[in-house]
Order: sequence, then C-alpha cells, then structure tokens
Amino acid sequence: MVPLYWYVLLSAALFTIGVVGVLSRRNVFIVLMSIELMLNAANINMVAFSHYLQNLTGQIFVIFIITVAAAEAAVALAIIILLARNRGSVHVDEFNLMKG
Amino acid sequence: MPSTLQEFFTLMTPIYPEVVVITVALTVLLLDLFVRKEQKSSLGWYSLAGVIIAALATFKLMGVTGSFFAGTFLLDRFSVYFKFSFYVACSLGILVSINYLKIEDIHRGEYYALMLFATAGMMLMASAGDLITIYLGLELMAMSIYVLAGFMRRDSRSNEAAIKYLLLGSFSSGIMLYGMSLLYGMSGTTNLAGIHAFLRGADLANPMVFLAMIMLIVSFGFKIAAAPFHMWVPDVYEGAPTSVTAFMSAGPKIAGFAVLLRVFSYALQPLQHDVTTIIAGIAVLTMAVGNIIALSQTNIKRMLAYSSIAHAGYALVGIAAGGPEGVASVMMYVFIYAVMNMGAFGIVIMLRRSGERGEEIKDFAGLGKTNKMAAFFMLIFMFSLTGIPPTAGFMGKFYIFKAAIQADMVWLAVVGVIFSAISAYFYLRVIMVMYMSEPQAEFKLATAPSLAIALVFSLVTVIYIGVYPDNVLNFARASIAAIL
Repeated sequence: MVPLYWYVLLSAALFTIGVVGVLSRRNVFIVLMSIELMLNAANINMVAFSHYLQNLTGQIFVIFIITVAAAEAAVALAIIILLARNRGSVHVDEFNLMKG
Repeated sequence: MPSTLQEFFTLMTPIYPEVVVITVALTVLLLDLFVRKEQKSSLGWYSLAGVIIAALATFKLMGVTGSFFAGTFLLDRFSVYFKFSFYVACSLGILVSINYLKIEDIHRGEYYALMLFATAGMMLMASAGDLITIYLGLELMAMSIYVLAGFMRRDSRSNEAAIKYLLLGSFSSGIMLYGMSLLYGMSGTTNLAGIHAFLRGADLANPMVFLAMIMLIVSFGFKIAAAPFHMWVPDVYEGAPTSVTAFMSAGPKIAGFAVLLRVFSYALQPLQHDVTTIIAGIAVLTMAVGNIIALSQTNIKRMLAYSSIAHAGYALVGIAAGGPEGVASVMMYVFIYAVMNMGAFGIVIMLRRSGERGEEIKDFAGLGKTNKMAAFFMLIFMFSLTGIPPTAGFMGKFYIFKAAIQADMVWLAVVGVIFSAISAYFYLRVIMVMYMSEPQAEFKLATAPSLAIALVFSLVTVIYIGVYPDNVLNFARASIAAIL
C-alpha cells in the first residue's frame, strides 16, 4: 500500500507548481491551467486523507470542487473569448488599460 | 404521499430565505424572455420585491436556532444579522443599477439574476457550518460577480476587470482549498464545530496547523481586499460597471468578514494568539496601503477602491481586538461601511450621462453650485467615510478603536486614528472640488426615482446610526453569542 505521505508530497509538489505557474507565466491559458493544478492538489489531498481516515466527507468535497472548477473554467473561457475579440491578445501583461 | 411532502417542507424551513432568493433569480431569467427591452426595469423592481420577501422570511426565522442538514447549515442570530446586511446591500445595489443600466445600454435581465445569485451565495456563507458550505457559497458569490464585472461586453476595461478578478479570485480559492484539505486531513472532519473540538485537544505547535491557518488568512485576505492581497481591487473597481462596483464593494466584503469571524473567532479559536498577531499586522499594512495610495488618485472609482481597502483595515483592527466587543464592533462597522459606500457610489452613478464618464474627481467641480442636493448627499457620505460626527462612519470607527483599547492594543488604535486622519485629505478633497471650484461645463445629472430612493435610504441610515447607534450595536451584540 502506498503510504499517506507520498500522496501529500505529490499534492504539495503540484500545488507549488501551480502557484509558481500563476505567478510567472504570462499566457492566460497557462495561468488558468496552473490554477487547475492548485485545485487538483487540494483534491489529491482530500482523497488521500479520506481514504486514510476512512471518512467519506473528503471525497464528497472533491466532487463539489470538480464541479465548481468546471463552472469556473466556463466563465473564464467566456471572458477570454471577449478579451481576444476586443483586444486581440491573451497575454496577461497586455491587460494594462488601468494603472495607478 | 402528503406526509412525505409535508416532511420535505418542514425540512426546508431553515433555508426558506435562500430558496426565495434563488427562485426569484430563476424566474427573472425566465421572465426576461417575455419582457420588452424598454421595460427591463420592471425586472429590477421584481427582484427588489423578492429580496424584501426573503427579508420577511428571515425575520420570521429569527427565533429559530440550530444546525441543519448534518451540521452544514447553521441558523443563528449571527447569520441573521449578516443576512439583513446582505438584503440591504442587494436592495441598494438593485436600486442604483436600474437607471445606470439604461444609460450604459446593458439592460438585460441576467444582471438582476446574477445579483440575486451572488446574494444567495453570501447568505450561504453567513450560515455555513461546514467548510464545504463555505466554499460553495463563496464560489456562487464570486462567480456571479466575475460575470457582473464583465457585464459591459464590448468595453475592454470591463473585460479586463473581469479576467483580473477571476484569475486572482480563483487563485485565492485554490489556496483556501489547500488549507481546507490540510485542516480536514488533521481533524478528520470538515465541520466547523468538529474542527474547533479537534483544535482544543491538538498539539498546536504542529506546523501543519500553522500552514492551514496561514492559507485561510491569505485567501480570506484576498476576498476582503486586505493588503498585501489587494492588487486586484483598484483595477477591478475601476473597470467594472459602476453599479457593480457599488455592489461588490459592499456585499462580498461583508460576506468575507462573516466567514472570517465564523472561522477565526470560532473554528480556529484555539489558535487565537497567532491569529491576532498576524491579523494586527495585516490591519496596519492594509490601512497604510489603502490610505496612502488613495492620496494620489484622480479617478473617483479608484479612490473609492483604495478607500475600500483602508476600511477593510479598520474592520480588521476589530477582529484583532477580538472578544465580544471586538466582534460586535466589526459587525456594525461592515454594515455602516456598506451603506455609506453605496451612497457615495450612487452619486458617482448620478454623474454618468451618455457621452460623459463622470468618473474623474474634477468632474465634481462646482457641483455644490449647480446641484446643491447631490453635493449635500456627497458631503455627508464623504464625512461619514472620513469618520466625522454625527455620521455613522464616526460611530463605527469609535467602537472599533474602543474595542482595540479595551483589548490592550492601544498602539493599534493609535495607528488606526493616524491613518484615519490621513484619509481626511482625499475625502475632503472631493468636497473642496464640489464647493470651491467653478463649474467647468453645464451638466445635468442622471436622476431617477430608484436612485433617489437608494440615496435617501443611505443618507437616513448614515445619519440615524450616527446619532443613535444603539439599535444596530445592540442587535450586533445580541448576535455574537453563536460564535463566541
């Protein structure tokens, strides 16, 4: 059986990759994917803990997180389409109409 | 099977207000198909009626306390207080929108539906007894507001505001979820009461506990716009349609504080010592960033955005102070802040005419000569935001700083008062421009009955609480027993 801390290490690594991705990448799609990585890191944690504790709540939480993440992606893509149409760019650096 | 149906209705009693709000939102979406473009404002009035019915339902449920749906939903005075605040914020939000949407030519029924969905999310957050409910309420609120922020589809600034809010909002949700997963892993439950019980007996030196707490503070810091997690606020406030800015400066912030209080004053209460230190630091930084950067703003929406950051800082002082007085003062403060801020945004919306933005502070020049009434309203709201008696803003700050002094945090109260004095510069500058500059051009205001109702309501509330704060304060004090 795979010990619990392997899962926790994996999720910590995924979470870190996600955070670094959000902070360093400039393409809005990659930023979104990095956010998904962060959410999935939490999901792995939840499922691993849920199995280890023999408690189902964690898995129920995961189902909610997956559903909400899908809705969030839909809203995000809709906004990105508008931006691409109005601005012709998907680079976070170029979204700079407002400053100060 | 009538008995089963009856059981079902009995089971649903505690969530009637939420059911009303969601039902009204769904019917708005349906009715939108049958309402002609010129008559969309009727949908606004319909939504407003729905909010009032929900308020009546909450009023009827005021005596009921308990936890429902396996502990995920709590009904107590604490949630009732916040629900009434959300009703006020949502009603004012609808009232200031009706005319503005017409002028911007974005009058569509979805707007009101999204606003009601956001309100339902906030209500769920205030009543949450479980990490899952907190997350779902928060996302329902946040996602509705992402769409509202980008509601002017053809406007690049609105698109930009939406994407910035969405990226940083979901980033903070990711951090929050990871913190929640750690809490779940340690305590084996997502129930707030369970987490509280676990932490009482746990080894608090465990770095995992500390990490989970930090992650929750960071993510709620994003939601309430506390420094150093405030970068999104000015851009989003400036780019979003002004009526949405008014709503999101009030609603989500109150909801954020509701969750903050419930989680940190109750579930994580055994960690009180660490939480207090961190929150006090964040409060000082937030007041500093908000008040100092606001000094150099020329756009009134941006100025109010930094002011909103600063006010989050004042409220955090109350959380750092803790105890019954601290919690009650925070609850009172966020309500006062919501009302006076909505009022100020109402005047900004009045200045918006087709062809003119009316968002620069210099657009207010000579308003005191051309339109005495509007200038007087703005004067009162600016006095209240500064914290000058006899307005509500003064009472809010007074009780916050009093709680800090009672909790032996005199230095924090002193810092708060100093920054409050700095804030007088940029609030009073608006008044100076209104009364002491000559009008640059003749402008007519975009007045409407709905806007007038919202402004008069805000003004009366601001003055009433300023003169006679006991009612709200006692209501807040009676509501905190649930979380302490």
